[in-house]
Amino acid sequence: MGYTLNFAAVWRSFDLLLGGLLLSLELAAVALVIGAAIGLVVAFALAGGPAFLRRPAQLYVTVIRNLPILVLILFTYFALPQLGIRLDKNPSFVLTLAIYAGAYLAEVFRAGLLSVPRGVKEAGLAIGLTPMQIRTSLVVPLMIRNVLPSLSSTLISLFKDTSLAAAIAVPELTFEARKINVETFRVIEVWTVTSALYVVTCAVLAALMRLIERRLAIPK
Amino acid sequence: MTKPLLEMQGLRKQYGTVEVLKGVDCTMRQGEVISIIGSSGSGKTTMLRCINMLEEFQGGRILIDGEAIGYDEIAGVRRRKSEKEIARQRALTGMAFQQFNLFPHLSAAQNVMLGLIKVKKMSRDEARVVAEQWLGRVGLSARADHYPGQLSGGQQQRVAIARAIAMNPRLMLFDEVTSALDPELVGEVLQVIKGLAAEGMSMLLVTHEMRFAYEVSSRVIFMNQGVIVEQGDPKEMFLRPGTERLAEFLKSSSFQ
Amino acid sequence: MNDLMLFLNEVWIARLALLRGLGVTVSISLLAILAGSLLGVGVGLGLVYGNRLLRLVFRGYTDIIRGTPVLVLVLASYYIFSTVGLDLGPFQAGVLALAVFCSSHVGEILRGALQAIPIGQTEAAKAIGLTFGQTFGSVLWPQALRQILPTWVNTAAEMVKASTLLSVIGVAELLLRTQEIISRNFLSLQFYFLAGFLYFLINYGIERLGKYVERKTAVPS
Repeated sequence: MGYTLNFAAVWRSFDLLLGGLLLSLELAAVALVIGAAIGLVVAFALAGGPAFLRRPAQLYVTVIRNLPILVLILFTYFALPQLGIRLDKNPSFVLTLAIYAGAYLAEVFRAGLLSVPRGVKEAGLAIGLTPMQIRTSLVVPLMIRNVLPSLSSTLISLFKDTSLAAAIAVPELTFEARKINVETFRVIEVWTVTSALYVVTCAVLAALMRLIERRLAIPK
Repeated sequence: MTKPLLEMQGLRKQYGTVEVLKGVDCTMRQGEVISIIGSSGSGKTTMLRCINMLEEFQGGRILIDGEAIGYDEIAGVRRRKSEKEIARQRALTGMAFQQFNLFPHLSAAQNVMLGLIKVKKMSRDEARVVAEQWLGRVGLSARADHYPGQLSGGQQQRVAIARAIAMNPRLMLFDEVTSALDPELVGEVLQVIKGLAAEGMSMLLVTHEMRFAYEVSSRVIFMNQGVIVEQGDPKEMFLRPGTERLAEFLKSSSFQ
Repeated sequence: MNDLMLFLNEVWIARLALLRGLGVTVSISLLAILAGSLLGVGVGLGLVYGNRLLRLVFRGYTDIIRGTPVLVLVLASYYIFSTVGLDLGPFQAGVLALAVFCSSHVGEILRGALQAIPIGQTEAAKAIGLTFGQTFGSVLWPQALRQILPTWVNTAAEMVKASTLLSVIGVAELLLRTQEIISRNFLSLQFYFLAGFLYFLINYGIERLGKYVERKTAVPS
């Protein structure tokens, strides 16, 4: 044993960790936006789209959900160049995470779409709204409120999944932590602080999402 | 004789192999108030929903002011109109539903305003003025900024009627609008409908309120098993039913 | 055609490495889910029936574990144990991290299931004179188990996916084997695809099993 805690070395590199954390958040945010767009389109195809759209949508969701994300990350970054698709580390990672998130969000949104009562859509039709207007003014706003709790946990999962970018040397929080670990050997300190940063950020994200949920709640 | 407001010619509708409308013919003039009565499964709600293209129909035609609803027929080939065109035609009729179907995330005023803004292309301010005017007419000025979840069933139904009327439709369709209400709330909704009838609004009502149908309608249509069995003046029909079926129906529906 | 023959030839050459990798992946997943579930049942019971202090401790445990990425758990476990002189190899350290991760999930699932059982069930059991132990054993646990079984099967799929993270600390499971093979023959597209396909097969199988279990455990009604 004989290990004494000494956080000094970690504090000296704390700005590295914070920089990593910011990058993690940025990666998660961009992936969420792109993933939500993919998820929404796929969800509409899954919930009542024509068969020629529904089948590929279902295939996408099933395949992605059954693959380890690390395999996808490595595939996009190391294997796609063989097909001439060469992406930098960050875009490669964000794209993979977005496609990954899209499959999970599609399921979340699909359930949300099915929870919108048929009568509301019919009332929209009856006053002369077009199907597209019904989607944008009625279905999506109602669906978003229904899925906010699941959306919150997806966002938190996404944020945690950004740690995997370390595998292709994207300098996010886990990558920086590992670097400091190897350079300073303050092993316990660096992982304690890193874990704390993740835990606190997750808690903050969850609180933010609850705030949004409360703001969007329909008065009763 | 003025041009008919609504014409149905040989209207046919089936779900799979089950035929629910077996050729309905009916003509309605501007300003008429027609109640459609009949037991459940007689096709009356389905007929109403066909007029608003909430149901597809497989045969016959529906005309509003002479304009064919829902389908074009070119050289004998029947084709559904574009969604945009159907949306425009749906706005010719207003509809109130049994379950109100208010938009739960919008306030009473916003419920009325949505169609005015999106379909009638009014500005937000114009729409607000019209909405408040109609909410006033149904006695809900004070509830304009309440959400559906904060309103009683009767109030919700009145908002729903205001939402439909505000679009200035040629014809109002009421689909069992009091069936989901607690008995003590039925009166306030019927009062609103009576007021509209008195002003000359053309209305087609599917209803189980025989007393109301008797009092408010200029004509009653009795449907059974997908066809119109009998129609005419309510006083005539209710007191001297022309068919055995109607007599039986009236007896079972406790109309005295 | 030539490419395909080349690929198949390389697969044949690498067959033992791939099979061993697959074996390690399965072992990691099985050990993690078994150890994690045992731990998790303890965590779940502590969360529901523990006294205030115990509940607080378990709540802290699950919140911290669930708020930390699994990769961080794996790396922390790997580096920290060797630093404090507990000589766990990467395999043990990795499995331990996954088991801990699994336990927080199982604990939460069990807590949710137990708390979803109406209080009337416990009252009814008390009314016919069952002790707490009897109530739990023959009334609460069977109901909770039915509820969690399908989710639990899906947790197994999560473990298979998470097992890939052990490649980062040098455990020669399927993904690391695949990377080694690629570094020899440079067929990255083909071999990542093959690895992905194998993971898909395993997880899809587990998913189907989950659906089957869900049908089987549904209470007739």
